[in-house]
This record gives sequence, structure tokens and C-alpha cells, in this order.
Amino acid sequence: MAKIKSPAMLEEYRNEILRKRKYYFRTISLCGGPGCHAQHCDEIYEAVKKAVEENGLSENVEVKKTGCHGFCEMGPIAVIQPEGIFYKKISLDDVSDIVNRTLGKGELIKELLYPDPENGKPITKESRVPFYAKQKRLLMSMNEYIDPCKIEDYIAQGGYSALCKALFEMEPMEIIEEVDKAGLRGRGGAGFPTASKWRACRKAIARDGIKYVLCNADEGDPGAYMDRSLLEGNPHLVLEGMIIGAYGIGATEGYIYVRHEYPLTVSNLLVAIDQARKVGLLGKNILGSGFDFDIKVSIGGGAFVCGESTALMASIEGRIGEPRVKHIHTAEKGLFNRPTNLNNVETWANVPLIINQGAGKYRKVGTKTSTGTKIFSLVGSVNNTGLVEVPMGMTLREIIFDIGGGVKGGRTFKAVQTGGPSGGCIPESLLDTPVDFDALYDVGSMMGSGGMIVMDETTCMVDIARYFVDFLCDESCGKCVPCREGLKQMLYILEDITEGRGTLEQLELLKELAGVMRDTSLCGLGQTAANPVLSTIRYFEDEYVDHIKKMKCRAGVCKALIAFSINAKKCTGCMRCRKACPVGAIKGKKKEPHTIQAEKCEKCGICLEVCEYGAVVRK
Amino acid sequence: MKKDLSPEIKAVEKYGTDRTCLIPILHEVQKEYRYLPEKALRNIAAMLDISLVDVYGVATYFRAFSLEPKGKHLVTCCMGTACHVRNSPGVLEEAKRTLGIDAGETTDDMLFSLETVNCLGACALGPIVVIDNEYHGEMTPAKVKKILKEVEKQEGRG
Repeated sequence: MAKIKSPAMLEEYRNEILRKRKYYFRTISLCGGPGCHAQHCDEIYEAVKKAVEENGLSENVEVKKTGCHGFCEMGPIAVIQPEGIFYKKISLDDVSDIVNRTLGKGELIKELLYPDPENGKPITKESRVPFYAKQKRLLMSMNEYIDPCKIEDYIAQGGYSALCKALFEMEPMEIIEEVDKAGLRGRGGAGFPTASKWRACRKAIARDGIKYVLCNADEGDPGAYMDRSLLEGNPHLVLEGMIIGAYGIGATEGYIYVRHEYPLTVSNLLVAIDQARKVGLLGKNILGSGFDFDIKVSIGGGAFVCGESTALMASIEGRIGEPRVKHIHTAEKGLFNRPTNLNNVETWANVPLIINQGAGKYRKVGTKTSTGTKIFSLVGSVNNTGLVEVPMGMTLREIIFDIGGGVKGGRTFKAVQTGGPSGGCIPESLLDTPVDFDALYDVGSMMGSGGMIVMDETTCMVDIARYFVDFLCDESCGKCVPCREGLKQMLYILEDITEGRGTLEQLELLKELAGVMRDTSLCGLGQTAANPVLSTIRYFEDEYVDHIKKMKCRAGVCKALIAFSINAKKCTGCMRCRKACPVGAIKGKKKEPHTIQAEKCEKCGICLEVCEYGAVVRK
Repeated sequence: MKKDLSPEIKAVEKYGTDRTCLIPILHEVQKEYRYLPEKALRNIAAMLDISLVDVYGVATYFRAFSLEPKGKHLVTCCMGTACHVRNSPGVLEEAKRTLGIDAGETTDDMLFSLETVNCLGACALGPIVVIDNEYHGEMTPAKVKKILKEVEKQEGRG
């Protein structure tokens, strides 16, 4: 492929790709996202490709492995176009049927269709599946049409047209103004206005003419994986956003910092960058505009704090990833002491959309102060786990119950955790809170990068607070005292409470520690570290009090406060629990009721898991 | 010719001698040795012309790197929030008990290393246990015990 040297050439190339596509009368897109990938979608993809060839359908049927479609609960999934047929939970055994019947003859396979949760009737089209119907997929929608390793797929979907518009029809300042008018706020957590950052970096003076734009793909929040799915599934969307941003800011070099836990993301990204360079969308004189810009990929080493801007930059430089005090903003002195602008993956992905449709149309989605859509990873105790993209301002209730299909296994909703370790737990009474940056902040949580973890009555809120503090204690870099020591003290207190040694005074101490850490920690990690503790005390104080005064964990999680026993009436003496018990704490003869010896029992719960008669009781 | 070169020389040839290449080089070298031997760290420091303490600092700061040799099979339990609310602590406890080691340790016969990770980004399938790069979703204590016992059996271990 020769280099594309003008917008007209890009248009010509796009038409040529579309012309070639006309011969296909059906396309099957198999989801290759993280969820489906873990369920061996690769093998299914190879099998479908082989079966299509063997059935002589290669000329007419296109087989694609694409980025994440979002509905991970139903994976591995496939969508067949042009009909838009949605197949769920495909296995290798289904491949020959799918190829012969659906791809060959257009017949539906009823067993693979998604049953309507209301009436059990199979739903044919993806767009009618309730999980998708209520979403507004502006960023994610392209994923299922794109093989992330093929730039042609992205270009066929209209890709890089926003870049053409930006480079040839707009001045750099106009780009920043447009992003400003669109009201774009950073999707990484804090929701800082993107255009203000860009403006500051544009204004900053670069002594040697070099400025950087960076993409933060160090998605460290546990329970969040939307950045992974965007970058892995549609890398060119992020690249296009970065090139436009770099042109606006006047940057010539870019870095994408990806966490090492995402090897597939890195390899897809490297392929995408290579292809973009080959066709002249990265490198010198992009599209013949005279603008030079190139992107490198930098890989992390598994440190949560490297999601913080200065720590991330230190890590790219090959140094220890510790944050620094920001007396001087990174817009002036960032990476290698040069002016630097850092945005999150999802923020960059919004940029082409804003340039293409204009700020006016973009603003129509979302609320006044939080515009556009937001992708959430809806996980935990919810029926439809997966990635959901919704307009800002939708309520938590709509997301969890209408899209997510409610709590798993008929259990009762207890809380939803947003914002990762910097966020908080939101109770049932506040489920009508709209998801926008300010409303979530007001209820003691935050938007964060978009993790949304649903919890039911089997989750202990004190244990969740302990979990996050333990996590942060482990991830604190140790540079500043309030974070390093404060977290440790908080952990001791929370361990006291979960292990039955807590006192009511400790709750006050926790709040006091939280205040000190918020006011005096060096970086965002420490400043927000107490949020999970404060929000659980605020909304679930009765659970703390239960642990302290009644020595009871109502969720049955805190081991020191629970005991296992066997209900002799229900026990059939099947020996299953006895065999499974790893410490030999269960005694009893065959066909006679068993008993658990409390002094030996380690409370692992395996007996409860293996018992088929519901005879094991946890109290 | 090339196959005689040490992994650190190959890695430096691949990524270059700039300090920004240090983390990728360490990843690459660790892939070969399955840990970072002292000799390799010294060689890398010399080739990148930075002090050993800088290399050591980075190698010990980041969770991904290990200065201790790892076992033949790597068992990683995801401890992310989504996995946590679905009982990943119970799964980890059982993995520890079955293998007879704590998280972060390697068995004496060098067959197994047990590690935890904060999130693998496959949250929909939690709790996740990865054994030698293969993902096992929706784990329970009983299931993880069974899988680990099978691997132990293949290795002819108790």
C-alpha cells in the first residue's frame, strides 16, 4: 500500500475497500474481546474459517474476529450481518451448524438465540436484546465491524475522516475550541475539562520545540476493563484522537502507556501503529498536510500508582514510577521536562466523534455538565455482566436493572461500587442518582474510570472497605508518609473490626485518619484512598456496629465471626463434604448425618459449595 | 550466531540502549530466565550505561519483576473487586492449601509459583485463575483444587 498523501486519496482508498466488500453476502463477526477471549473464541474463529472454506463459501462469506461487543456474560458471542443475528454462548460443536445453516442458507438456530428474560421468546436481532437496546453506543458500536489488526476495516467505517477535517479545514486553536464547546471531560477519573489541559499545553513554551501527548492506558482500577476493550478492539479510534489532539496542541511525539497485564492490547496496538505509519497516517507529513507526529508504545510493570500522571511519566522515562509534587504542572514540564498532555484512552476516543459531528451535536447526549456517553464495566453480582455505554445522566438503577438485568441468582441488591479504590459504595436508597461527574461526587463516590461493581447481601461492606485499603496499602509507593502510614493504620483497624476485636472509638479514628490523608497526601492515590472507608461508614454504619457490638457479619464473609454446621435433618450422609474438606474437619459415617468439628474447621466453605442438599449452614 | 547471545544482549539489541527501554528490556529478559538474575541486571546496567542501583530500583519497584526464580507452572489468582465479591479470597486460600505455599512463593521442587494480580480485565468471568497463561473463569475453591490436582498429577507430584 502506497502512502496516502491527501484527503482525496484517503476517500479513494475507502471507496476501493467498500467496492471489494460488495461480493460478500454475509459477514460473521466473532467477538475477540477479553471475556470471549478467555473462553477460547480463538479456536471457534479458526473452526468457522475452516468450515467456511470447506463448504466453498469463502467467496461470499466474510469471517471476522473483532473487538469486544460488550455482552461478556453471553460469550463467546457472534453477530451475523446483514441480518444482525445475535448468537450467544457458542461452542465448537455449534460451528458446523452456524456455517451450514445460518451463513449458507440464512436459517436461524433457535438454541443459540438470546431468550427474552420476560417471556423466554428467542430474540433474533442484536439491537433488540435488552442489554443493547437501552445503551447508546457511540464509541463501542464500531467494535463489532472491525478487525483491530486491519486498518482497512476502520477506514471502511469512515475512520480518519475526522483527522482530514481537523488537518485541512481547521486551525489548531479551532480544534481546542470545538472540544471545549463539546464540554468533554476526562474519562480517567477526575473529570477535568479536556480543553483546558490542551490549551495549557499549547501555550507552554517548548525550548527545543518538542511537546508530547500521552495516552493513559494503565487501567489499574480493579473491576474495570473498558479502556482495554476500546484500545484492543478499535486501536485506530484512539490513534486518530491522539493525532488530532497533537495537531491542536502542537505536539510532535506521543506515547501510549499500557499496563503489562494486557499483552493482547499491546500487540494489537503495535500492529495498528505500524499500519498507520505505512499508509502515511503517522510519521512525517501526515496526509500531505505538513504535520509530523508519531506514537510509541510504553509498557508498564504492574504498579497501580503509575496511572497517576507524574508517576506514569517517570515510568515511561525508565525510572521508578513514583509521583512528584506538582508545583509545576506537567503541561509545562512533564515527560523529559517538556510540555506534556496526558489523557485517558476513552477521552481520546471521543475526539474524532466531536470533530466529525461538531460540538453542538455531541452536546445533545448527556447532561449539561457531563456531556457525551460513558462506558462502564458492569460486573460483580449482576445478571448481564459486560461493557455498557450509556448517555451520561442515566440513573444507576436503569443501568443495573434495565441493562444489567438485576442482581444475580435472585439475591437482593446491597450496593454498587464506582470509581475503583478512589470511589465509594452507593446504597439502594441512592440508586436514582444519575451517572455524571458531579452527582456521583456528591454522594461520596466518583465516576472514576468506569468500574461498576454490583454487590448483594453476600458481600460484607466492612470487608469491602478492608479489601480496598489492603489493595491501596499494597500499591502505595511509599514516598509520602500520610499515605504510606495512614493506610497501614487504617488496615489494622479494619482488620480488628473484621476479626472481632473492634471498638466503636475506632470508627472515629478512621474518620480522623481519612481527613488527614485527604489533606496531606502527595498524590491522588492517597488523597482519595479513604473514600471506600468513608462511604461504607456513611451508608452502612449498622454493619460496622454489628461487627463491633454483636460480633456478627451478616453477609457471612468475615471468617472470625462465622461458623459452619450441618443440619442433621437435611444431611443424607453422602460423604461428599467429608471427602472435599481439605482439613478433615468433617466426621460421620456413610448414610448418617455428618458433623463439623469447630476446632479443626478453617471456614473455607468448600462443604457448603459441594453439598447438594443444602444441609451445610453458615452463620 | 545469534542464539549464543545472552537474553539481555538480545533484548538490548531489540529495544536499544535508551533508558526508556529499560522496562521492556526487563520484561523480555524475564521472559527468558523466568526471573531476573543478578548477572543479567549487571549486564543491562552496563549496556544502558546507568548505575546498577537504577536498574535494581526499577526491577524491585514493579510488581511484574522477580529477582527470585519462578516455578515451572505459574498460577495467578485475580484479586480484583469483581472477583473479590465472588469469593476470590476463598479460591486463593484453597490454591495456597493445595500447593502448600503462600502467595508470592514457589514450591521447593520448583514446579509451582503462586501469585496474585490486582485485575486481569476479564471481570465478567470472575473469579479468574490463570494457570500457565490459560484462563479459568468462574472458579470456586473446589474447582481450583481439582484443576491444580490435575496439573500436579501430570507432574507426578503427590
